[in-house]
Amino acid sequence: MWRKKHVRGAESRPPPSCVTRGRWMDLTYYLIQILNGLQYGFLLFLVASGLTLVFGIMGIINLAHGSFYMIGAYLAYWLIGETGSFWLGLLAAIPLSVLVGLLVERLGIAFLYKRDHLYQVLFTYGLILVFNEMRSILWGDDVHGVAAPAILSGSFWLTDTQAYPVYRLFISLVCVAVAGILYLVIQRTRLGMTIRAGASNREMVQALGIDVNRLFAIVFGLGAALAAFAGMIAAPISSVYPGMGEHVLIISFVVVVIGGVGSIKGAFVGAMIIGLADTFGTVFLPAGAGVVVYAVMAFVLLWRPQGLYGRAI
Amino acid sequence: MPTLSRPVAALLVLGLLGLMVFPAFGDTFYIRLVTKIMVLAVFAMSLDLLVGYTGLVSLGHAAFFGIGGYVAGVLINKGDVTSILALVPAAMAASALVAAIIGWISIRTTGIYFIMITLALAQMVYYFFHDIDFWGGADGINIYSRPLLAFGETVLLDLSDRVSMYYFTLGVMVAVFLLLSVFLRAPFGRTIVGIRLNEGRMTALGYDVRHYKLAAFIIAGTIAGLAGFLEASRAVYMNPAHVSWHESGLVLVIVLLGGMGTLYGPILGAFVLVLLEDFVAGITDRWLLVMGLFVICMVLFLPNGIGGLINRLVRPRSRSDKQAAAGAGSVGVADG
Repeated sequence: MWRKKHVRGAESRPPPSCVTRGRWMDLTYYLIQILNGLQYGFLLFLVASGLTLVFGIMGIINLAHGSFYMIGAYLAYWLIGETGSFWLGLLAAIPLSVLVGLLVERLGIAFLYKRDHLYQVLFTYGLILVFNEMRSILWGDDVHGVAAPAILSGSFWLTDTQAYPVYRLFISLVCVAVAGILYLVIQRTRLGMTIRAGASNREMVQALGIDVNRLFAIVFGLGAALAAFAGMIAAPISSVYPGMGEHVLIISFVVVVIGGVGSIKGAFVGAMIIGLADTFGTVFLPAGAGVVVYAVMAFVLLWRPQGLYGRAI
Repeated sequence: MPTLSRPVAALLVLGLLGLMVFPAFGDTFYIRLVTKIMVLAVFAMSLDLLVGYTGLVSLGHAAFFGIGGYVAGVLINKGDVTSILALVPAAMAASALVAAIIGWISIRTTGIYFIMITLALAQMVYYFFHDIDFWGGADGINIYSRPLLAFGETVLLDLSDRVSMYYFTLGVMVAVFLLLSVFLRAPFGRTIVGIRLNEGRMTALGYDVRHYKLAAFIIAGTIAGLAGFLEASRAVYMNPAHVSWHESGLVLVIVLLGGMGTLYGPILGAFVLVLLEDFVAGITDRWLLVMGLFVICMVLFLPNGIGGLINRLVRPRSRSDKQAAAGAGSVGVADG
């Protein structure tokens, strides 16, 4: 399950000889790395925003959040294969993932609202095991590639030797669009107002007569759908493999911890920091790449234990 | 520290006697299996000190387990050190050092932050072992020889003998149990239980809560390192999976299954979980699915674990006892 680290970026990175050839190549090389880092950060934001909302509003620590990412990716792999079309597959996978999220909330998480974090951790740990085994039963334990749609499968050639895949740009743009919509929903709608109120004072929202159960279901379903959607659009570049959810989960934890629990803005900034730190860690410190993001987290925590945008704890 | 009720103490003594005579009857497979269980029990007891007594839910405890094992393994392979007298202190010291660093960072936070941060920092330890070739990388290391205890030419204890390994592990388990009992009866133990029950009040009473938490964290990490040493001696193999967060989750399950806030709980939990795994393995190879469902059911229906169940069965009478059982580890304060 752990044999595979994130495979992102391997195919678009030019051979090392290109790097040393000239200043212009250096610049484009770093430009490509920055784009990769941002694109990874955007994906992380989609996963981490759900995680941070679910904790901030519902008080639930959900280890199974990474499983939604995995489920999204596998649903995409399966449905794109079945329908033969990337867009149709995606269209079918999105409502299914929302459904999975709502079911998990109603049948599982709903029992945990008044329980200690310890039990939430254990329960959702059990959920991870169940989801992993279900995945193994339904789709096996192999790594599968997912084809990007033909229209997005080309590359932009920045120099003679260095190119940037169109699909990665597409991911970034879609993520920015989703983040924008999320921002508008949270800042400008009545639902968003309730969500913000819930994040800052849950009891008061309840006392004011808001249907908290409904709110919780919406927030959880939204979070699950965002994570699953991230998995879907990431599938063509990362391929789908067992353990993909756990990797993303733990990195998302790091993002949430850096940004501050409950803060969407924090999740965004944290995701950008981690996306770039991870990418440049791989470039400059290939031997210790896995350690870099955690070191960044440790530094942020020493400086601000509550995270960048968290409330004091 | 809970004063053990008489029936529980009697059961524990019986269990200990059973474990002492077991190698005379059990076949090789089960001697090995029980050794493995006892290693896990030591590991789980160390976590219980954090989760059940101090109230710190750590999701990164496998880091210290792995460090103990890796340090012992590398000393054997690359340093040709085989003496238990050198390996045990080295493994424990390495774990204690890292526990001090990780503890120092994570103790500054509470609740959900603490859970996430211990997980993330343990993951950093995971990648440290996973990415660096010195530690065997993703494949881990095969340990070439087993630790032994010798004076001059006379070998007193050779852990390559499975029965010696068994009794050594049993001895360590009992020693850790007794040591932690003493710790928990001492003012230190009262203080950390107090921190779990009401941190604000302990602070108001003038206790430096952070120091106590950090001390508990380091002690727990050190004992986990000892368990890691046992694991390396037992399995003669260490790989990054020993440090992974699945291992941390597993040991948390064991603590809760047995009943947190009791020292016998983790031992009981280790036995039940591993024997269940052994049993399920005969039926299906989907053990993880069974375990996942089992954990979910446990959280829903058996929140105080088997220890809580036993407590309820052996003293069903008085109301305060029931409350104490419901609070698992808080028994000690009532008995105080």
